[in-house]
Amino acid sequence: MSAAWLQELRREAAARFEELGYPTTRLEDWRYTNVGALAKTDWVSGEGRHDDVTPADLEHLTFPVFACSLFVFVNGHFAGDLSSPRALAGGVEVTTLSDALRDDPEGLRGRLGGLADSKRRAFAAQNLACFEDGAVVRIPAGVEIEQPIHLVFLSKPGAAPTDSHPRVLVVAESGSRATLIEDYVTFGEGEFFTNAVTEIFLEPNADLEHVRFQRESARGYHVSSLHVRQERDSRLAAHSISLGATLARNDVEATLVGEGAHADLYGLFLGTGRRLVDNHTTLDHAVPHTTSQELYKGILGGRSRGIFHGRVIVRPDAQKTDARQSSKNLLLSSGAEIDTKPQLEIHADDVKCSHGSTIGQLDEDALFYLRSRGIEEEQARALLTRAFASEVTDAIRSDVLRQRVQDQLLEILESE
Amino acid sequence: MLKIEKLHARAGDAEILKGLDLEVRPGEVHAVMGPNGSGKSTLANVLAGRPSVEVTAGKVLFEGRDLTELEPEERAREGIFLAFQYPVEIPGVSNLYFLKAALNSRRKHLGQEELDAMDFLTLAKEKAKLVEMDEALLNRAVNEGFSGGEKKRNEVLQMTVLEPKLAILDETDSGLDIDALRVVARGVNALRAPDRAMLVITHYQRLLDYIVPDVVHVLAGGRIVRSGGKELAQELEEKGYGWLTEDAA
Repeated sequence: MSAAWLQELRREAAARFEELGYPTTRLEDWRYTNVGALAKTDWVSGEGRHDDVTPADLEHLTFPVFACSLFVFVNGHFAGDLSSPRALAGGVEVTTLSDALRDDPEGLRGRLGGLADSKRRAFAAQNLACFEDGAVVRIPAGVEIEQPIHLVFLSKPGAAPTDSHPRVLVVAESGSRATLIEDYVTFGEGEFFTNAVTEIFLEPNADLEHVRFQRESARGYHVSSLHVRQERDSRLAAHSISLGATLARNDVEATLVGEGAHADLYGLFLGTGRRLVDNHTTLDHAVPHTTSQELYKGILGGRSRGIFHGRVIVRPDAQKTDARQSSKNLLLSSGAEIDTKPQLEIHADDVKCSHGSTIGQLDEDALFYLRSRGIEEEQARALLTRAFASEVTDAIRSDVLRQRVQDQLLEILESE
Repeated sequence: MLKIEKLHARAGDAEILKGLDLEVRPGEVHAVMGPNGSGKSTLANVLAGRPSVEVTAGKVLFEGRDLTELEPEERAREGIFLAFQYPVEIPGVSNLYFLKAALNSRRKHLGQEELDAMDFLTLAKEKAKLVEMDEALLNRAVNEGFSGGEKKRNEVLQMTVLEPKLAILDETDSGLDIDALRVVARGVNALRAPDRAMLVITHYQRLLDYIVPDVVHVLAGGRIVRSGGKELAQELEEKGYGWLTEDAA
């Protein structure tokens, strides 16, 4: 029997989702992204059964390292047999949400649902009402852990369209330092919908690198939101790598509530075929002396469509804010489209805010140079495209992960 | 090896080559000299297959095959190499990776086994030494932030790694000081072989002190207006191009 506050929270969320319904293109935040097809589908809650998934499959789908800090969820349900023990070096804890809610519900009160506003956000409300399970990560004060904590979310569609609502809660205590990977992959064929919500609390002086690596199969809808609250002198590096799914919508929201806090937001999104990738970011500078830097890069081919909407808020007394935003996009075909829009809401006067966006094509001279050395045109295009992405991927701290992201990108580009 | 007959080519709206004839046999080094705007670079680009240059008439045969029907990458695999006048900077692509991809595509085409990363690294370091190129440049992005001399050395490095049958050097001497010129020339001379030919395009006679040609051609107004031995280059150095180009105009 779960705690009364939680029951109440989830009941409210369910009611709120019913009220809001799926967003429509009449809403400003969803102008370009029509989720009508998703809304019309009868989704069946995905099962956690995974007898047919072997560690070898997993290795093939993700990457074969860090076996000792790997946590796997199948359709949102924890797969203990595919995961490592839950206590890691330095006392870092990875618990399932269901265990945490059973053993120490009070510890989650105010945190779970505390950042993802389910009053306003339909998908966050749906997740809160429907989450199967999820992960709770706690990095104790002063602990620095080099090895990334690797969460794998495997969507495993059944015969009927399958949905799942994974949820992650992270508390990085003061002075801690860690890297967390959320890895979204698909096993098997079929239609599915992933609605993921992550909430991260960065206590004073905590340093967290968060990498969201989404490469689900083409029959998936992927909606995600990441919400971060940053206290004094904390540092966030959030990478959103969005390579898969037929429709992907990624929201990232960082609120800087302590002086000296800094956020780096990196994004890389790839559109092929008729895919749609929509990125909405919000950087909320709530107090003086906070800084942020944002770089999103889009690669769009076929008849795909990309959206970057970057909102920066500087609250009235948030003097000395320094916020820089950049959106760079590569159109690989005449049928591809990008909409890029900065939205600066500055309510203080002593601040530095800048934004810029570019849209371009591959450099013909560089292409000819590569070809003149015997490199096939398609391979040359893929190489140059990967090179365009490298400004973002190079910012990933972990060598293994960076390499994996780059390889996967090249693989997709060469197969198109 | 290379036979060009009555070649006409245009870049954009302008016709640049207007009936050019040239024949190069295996083992020979030919110099093509000429004033600015005479069509030297266009000739180089026609041979390498730059898409923005269009052949409108005439024939270009390489070992009996019509070169104009091949894509740039196919020409490279057949053994044609152009050392660019302005090597392109490619941020985000490592020089080593690029060189390895280039060599392996040629090896694959020749039915040879592709080199793995270790073997390739050994080879690349050895060749870098030959052109006195700093090994650190191998790990940098292709030509990114290279000095003019480093870019040209990188071109010659690629050439020595790829071992082409026909090497075209498009003003490789431009912007080089005398030491760099010597190094570049040494790399080129090391490649001279009975089964290999070279087309050295240059504005100045200076390079030809180091790479001694068998034949010198003067290109003016889109055609070869004079051919001769290496002493023709010396004559041009003394008299300039005026006495030849007046006829062509």
